[in-house]
Amino acid sequence: MDIIKILENTISAFFGIDAAYFALAAIGLNIQFGYTGLLNFGQSAFMACGAYGLGMTSQYFGVGMWWGILIGLAFVIILGLLVGIPTLRLRADYLAIVTIATAEIVRLVVRSVRFKEYFGGSDGINSFSKTFRDLSPFDPGAQYGVRPFQYSGYSLWTMIVGWSLVIVFSVLVYLLMKSPWGRVIKAIREDEDAVRSLGKNVYSYKMQSLILGGVVGMFSGMIFALDRGSVQPDNYSRDVTFYVLTALVLGGVAKVSGSVIGPMMFWGLYVFSDNFLRELTKDRPFEVFGVGIIQKSQVGPVNYMLIGLGLMLLMTFRPQGVFGSKEEMALDGR
Amino acid sequence: MDAERTYTELALRARAALASVNASPGVAKPDPILLAENVRRNFGGVTAVDVQHLEVQRGSITALIGPNGAGKTTLFNLLTGFDTPEAGEWMFDSKNLKKVVAHKTASLGMVRTFQLTKSLTKLSVIENMKLGATHQMGEKWWNGLLPFRYRKQEAMIERRADELLKRFKLDHMRDQYAGTLSGGQRKLLEMARALMTNPRLVMLDEPMAGVNPALKQSLNEHIRGLRDDGMTVLFVEHDMDMVHDISDWVVVMAEGRIIAEGTPEQISANPAVIEAYLGTHQGKSLLEEENA
Repeated sequence: MDIIKILENTISAFFGIDAAYFALAAIGLNIQFGYTGLLNFGQSAFMACGAYGLGMTSQYFGVGMWWGILIGLAFVIILGLLVGIPTLRLRADYLAIVTIATAEIVRLVVRSVRFKEYFGGSDGINSFSKTFRDLSPFDPGAQYGVRPFQYSGYSLWTMIVGWSLVIVFSVLVYLLMKSPWGRVIKAIREDEDAVRSLGKNVYSYKMQSLILGGVVGMFSGMIFALDRGSVQPDNYSRDVTFYVLTALVLGGVAKVSGSVIGPMMFWGLYVFSDNFLRELTKDRPFEVFGVGIIQKSQVGPVNYMLIGLGLMLLMTFRPQGVFGSKEEMALDGR
Repeated sequence: MDAERTYTELALRARAALASVNASPGVAKPDPILLAENVRRNFGGVTAVDVQHLEVQRGSITALIGPNGAGKTTLFNLLTGFDTPEAGEWMFDSKNLKKVVAHKTASLGMVRTFQLTKSLTKLSVIENMKLGATHQMGEKWWNGLLPFRYRKQEAMIERRADELLKRFKLDHMRDQYAGTLSGGQRKLLEMARALMTNPRLVMLDEPMAGVNPALKQSLNEHIRGLRDDGMTVLFVEHDMDMVHDISDWVVVMAEGRIIAEGTPEQISANPAVIEAYLGTHQGKSLLEEENA
């Protein structure tokens, strides 16, 4: 077993592009879910808004790539209003139901044959990231850095942009949540009626939170699309939302640090467990006293089982996540 | 008790004005701050509230009493926009509130508290207080990103919040989570937080529920203090001693309607009120009832 390789890959995953785009999505979700208490189960739809905003610049609109940000913003606002107007007046559960359905609708629409002209159908869109690639100061073919921090030129470029965005949005969210706006948002999470009785337009604040969180999610989708160099409809399925949610809870909700470190740990653990199992079964199935435990072809599913088990243990023994506040947790239901 | 109490000039004026008012349901007051006309609300087949006419005198402490299910809280909800009636008009300071949504009433100067205390448990006591201030620059998200835009106003709000906390003797809990307060302290916090909106009319829904007798006395003083500061108080209460002690005027509701109004003395002698509270057979023993 090559322990060095496992550790190298794990450390590399901590800072990899997957962690970066998850962190962005988690920061957005944290505004909605962690601070405002909005159960948004459709963050992947907001990520798709960003990815398709970029993709459609070349696929349909035929304009420069930077217009993608504006198009993505327009998509996010339209989606936020569509989802928010009917549900934000209702109890939190309804938003959860509607957002999970909306995300699926978005995915099915963009992959449909009927709208292939606009969204590229199930093939997605591939030819939009040239402007971004040309901006890269690195040689895309060359390897940079020393192991375990060794990345190709293009990966390094997207990572730098991705993590820069993570830092920018972390600072912005931190400022927002320190401000009176953040105070209203957190108060809404605790009790809407109390906030309403003090003269705040709760509905409007919830809408702002939904859309602001969606905008951060949009950048996550953009980074993901730029890294892959393509926009694929099935990259924005429910799984993504739930992994992001998982990563956020792992780090600790309603904490900026939690929303950044959580995704890093999520990917670190994922890659560690995956690599470990692969090394374990590389030459022959893993056996204990002659009883077969796991073989090569089972690594994928077993990895998810282990992650699920780990999360259950986390929820049992540290429900506030790694960075969450135990004090706040103890106040629940009082 | 009444004899040794001193009143501010304002309170004396309100009391004098009310002294000349006829003690009958739906009577007009010389200077009403709140006025409701034919307000009706049905829940299914049940008429929860059916108020023909109600006026609340400016500068007074008015108690709203009545047996459970009389519609007191529903009336509160209707007047503050938390619920919508089937019919009726109601005005605050001669502004019609029919089309005004709940969150706007607070900025007009009309604030309410809740029967089940709504302290925001995961916010600190001081944050709870600062939330109450209206027209905050920093409550716009784009200003929230620029601390220098709201810092000055925030400091002013914090000063005012600290003063109120001191007055309500919560200053030692300032930085604790509101969730760590006792039930009575939460009632105090909710009242203090409501005052942060600079209201002219304070509507308290059962301020004494679940409060121990020692704290009740100080709550009494605080409510009286509101009137002395020029605010009008309308409160729902079951504790008759307290109602008798601090209110200038009492409105009695039963089965959604106003059945009596008057000074506390008039109300405690009113047969309709006794009937509503104790039933028609009061005074008779169970044995007599069975024989009848």
